Formats: sequence, C-alpha cells, structure tokens
Amino acid sequence: MTTDDQWIEQIYQQHSRRVLATLIRLLGDFTLAEEAMQEAFTSAVRQWRQEGFPDNPSAWLIRAGHRRGIDHIRRSRTAQHYSHLIDQPEETGTSAIGQTFDDDQLRLLFTCCHPALPLDARVALTLREMCGLTTEQVASGLLQKPATLAQRIVRAKRKIRDAGIPYEVPEAKELPERLPGVLRVIYLVFNEGYSRSDGEQIVDVHLSAEAIRLAEALARLLPEGEVLGLLALMLLQNSRRKARQDEEGNLITLEDQDRSLWDQASIDFGFQWLEAALARTPTGLYTLQASIAAVHAEASKANETDWARIVRLYNALYQQQPSPVIALNRAVAIAMRDTPADGLQLLEELMSHKAFAGYHLFHAARADLQRRAGNLEEARQSYERALGLVSQGPERRFLERRLTELEKFS
Amino acid sequence: MKYVALVYYQESIINAMTEQEWHDLNQECIAGVERLAQQGNFITGQPLQPVETATTVRVRDDEVLVSDGPFAETKEQLAGFYLLEARDLNEALQLASRIPPARFGSIEVRPARELPPKD
Repeated sequence: MTTDDQWIEQIYQQHSRRVLATLIRLLGDFTLAEEAMQEAFTSAVRQWRQEGFPDNPSAWLIRAGHRRGIDHIRRSRTAQHYSHLIDQPEETGTSAIGQTFDDDQLRLLFTCCHPALPLDARVALTLREMCGLTTEQVASGLLQKPATLAQRIVRAKRKIRDAGIPYEVPEAKELPERLPGVLRVIYLVFNEGYSRSDGEQIVDVHLSAEAIRLAEALARLLPEGEVLGLLALMLLQNSRRKARQDEEGNLITLEDQDRSLWDQASIDFGFQWLEAALARTPTGLYTLQASIAAVHAEASKANETDWARIVRLYNALYQQQPSPVIALNRAVAIAMRDTPADGLQLLEELMSHKAFAGYHLFHAARADLQRRAGNLEEARQSYERALGLVSQGPERRFLERRLTELEKFS
Repeated sequence: MKYVALVYYQESIINAMTEQEWHDLNQECIAGVERLAQQGNFITGQPLQPVETATTVRVRDDEVLVSDGPFAETKEQLAGFYLLEARDLNEALQLASRIPPARFGSIEVRPARELPPKD
C-alpha cells in the first residue's frame, strides 16, 4: 500500500459511516446514498490531492454526495417519485453539524433494527450500515454464504423503501416500545461473536467488539438505563473471553476459569457503566443481568461468589420476565447458595415445562447438580440426554468430557 | 403513502360473544373510523360478512370456475379492511394498532402499489 492509499483508507474509515447516515436521510434511499458516497470519495481523492484538505471533510463529502445523488435522481426515470428531495435546500452550514451527525446515526440504527424487518436482516443491515463491515465480512462473521447474505440485505433495503419504513428516531412515547428491539439486535451481534470459538472464522471480524462499539455509541446518543446496562453486561462478559476456552477451544466453566486471565480494564469499564445504569430507574433486564455478571467479577475465587446476592438478582429478573431460562438459572443459583438437592427439587418442578424437553442446557444443568449431589448414575443419564440434543462444537466436547470424567469415578 | 390494513380474527371468538359485547365492539369500530376520518387517515374500509359466505372464482382455459368457500383455509379469517393514508410505516402501524380487533386477532399492514401509467 502506498502512503496515498493509506491516507485515503484512513479518511474513508474515519468519515464514511457518518457521511452515509446523513446521505441516506437526505436522499431517502440506501442504495442511492451508497453510490453517491462512493462517488463523493472518488472526487474527494482527486480534488484534495490538488487543493489540499478541507476544514470539514465530512461536510465536504456530504455536500458532494448530496449533489451527486440528486444528479442521479434527475437522470433517472423515477424522478417524479423523488421530486420532494430535489427541491430541498442543499446541506451547507457547519453549525450544529455534530448534532445532525448524531441524529443521523440514531436514525440509521433505528431503521436497520426496525421490527418490520426479519431479525436476521436486522443483524446483517446493522453490521453493514452501522459498523461499516463489507458484505463479505458480515457473511464471514455470521458463518453464512456471501451471496445469501447479499440477497437478504437487498430484500431488506427494498422493504425499507417500498413499505415506507421511515428514517427517524421514534418519538419519546414510542421509545420504550422500540428501544428493546435495537438492544436485542446489538446483544445478538455480541453473542454471535462471543459464542464462537476463535479459528472458526476465515476473516478476522470480532462481532463482540463491534457490538460493544455500537452500544458505546448508543450510550452517548441515548443514555437510557437499559442501554448502559447492556453495555455493562457485554463488557463484563467479554472480560472473560480469554479464560473461557482452553487452547484446544474447549469450554471452561466459570467455576474452573483462571480468573487472572480476566480482563481487568474491561471489568472496570463494566462497573462504571453498571453504576450509571443503576442510577436510572426502573432497573431493566440487561441491568439486572449485568449486576449478576458483576457479582461474579467481584469474586477473586469461585468459592467466594456471593450466591445469596445472585439469587436475589435472579428473583428480580424472574419477576420481570418469568421465562424458563431464567427459572433454570435461578434454580442453579439456589443450588449453589444452599445444596444441590434444593436446586434439583426446583428443576424437577420445571421438568413438566415443554420448553425444557429439547433444551440441552436444562439437562446439562440437571446433570451437573446430580453429579454434585453424588448421584452419578442419574448424572450420567442426564449428560447423555443433553448430548442427544446438542450439536457439534465446544459445548458438545464439554459435555463429552464431563461424561468421561464421571465414568472414571463410577 | 397508502396502506391497506387487513383485519383477521378467528370467527369463533366473535361467535362466542354476547350480544352486548358484539354491539360494543361495533360501536368501538364506528368511533375508530370517525377518528381516523377526522385526522385525514381514512380513505375507505369495509367489514365483511363471515367467511362461510365467501365464493371463489377462477378462469382457466377461458372457463369460469366457481367454488364454494375462501381461497385458502386459515386459522384466522379475513374480517374486513381499511385503506389508510399515513406518512410512513410507523404511522400506519400505530393507526392499525388502534383497530379494535387487533386485541384478539391480527392486522396485516401492506403498502398499496400504484399501477404503472397507461400505455
């Protein structure tokens, strides 16, 4: 790469996201805005080499892109359809431009995460439009074929245009309804990255890091309690990244992790955001989950974990969302606070729930408590049941290892 | 933009209503239409007779085929439609959420398509 190429690359990295977000608003069309932005960058490279760097590169690029986009509209046959955009004044002033950029970023995020789009398309669009990843990078990150993903993005953009999905931040009264959907997409992006062992991907894309960056941006733009809570949760979970797998990619449980490998800087940031989240009421689901992660982060040894506090937090969580998964985790926490038998009794009560029959983590949790209670034969049966439900990957290897260990003892 | 809101519900729910409940639901729908009209969102709309009154027509090889019943048997039945004028999908969804049967059925919101200009 020549220095010139690097220079261009750097400018692109620095400005392309905000320029694109604003051009989508001005031109009212994703594809058109992308084309206009590419052209604006092309002419910028030419012109800036000769005339030098402008004072405000983003504003320059937006002006150029806006003009190009409008030229396209004028030339195209559908000019009628876009006439209202041609007549609007050109984006010129630099006053309050920072505010405009921020608003445009938020608009783009809420549009990409609109509930009228299929969930997988929301994830793909957010990664592409908000994080600036290429279609190939997104496909690799999500372990999908680039062609499939490209198709999904095209369809989503078409729906945004044809169904009239607006490019706007919801009004304050709609925000409680819409914000959870956005947070869900961000957390899904995080988990896509977090649950994956390194080495399964071809291109080096860290979806967890992208999700954290997105949440940081959102926390600045829209500092609602749950935004801060989600950011804290992801930072605290991500702090265990290096400790949760051994060199062969085998899963290591929280109990057995080498806690000196936990990333202390990430924990510290997590605590700061958690404190800010807890200062805002009511305390939501992500903030409660972050609080649980924080209790683990505070224990320097596994047997110093404050399980009584974790049980209280799960109680609060279950009250807000009485889901089977939370009930399962609550039962395990009670087993850790009291005895395995107490946890097992709760699990027996949950057995009748049909969501659990095919859920491998339920049987794995049951097996673990049976093992701890010394019921090795029952534990073996539960491990086998869990193995029958889990697909290939680190979780399967973990269960197999546990089963082998069990057989050594019996 | 123009949107069509298609109202679906299980007719069995309606059939199980008392006369008073059915009356109240209809009055609520009338008030809803009035409000939509005042706001300039209502273009037209119509509730439909039950699905047992449906007849389906097809033309194959120039032959008109008439069959009894709706095009497809579904869990929820089409009960009516609204043609709405809304700024964008968010406004259309917000209007649709206030259609009374949304509470026990479903409202499908679709943007209307314009036919291309005449040749």
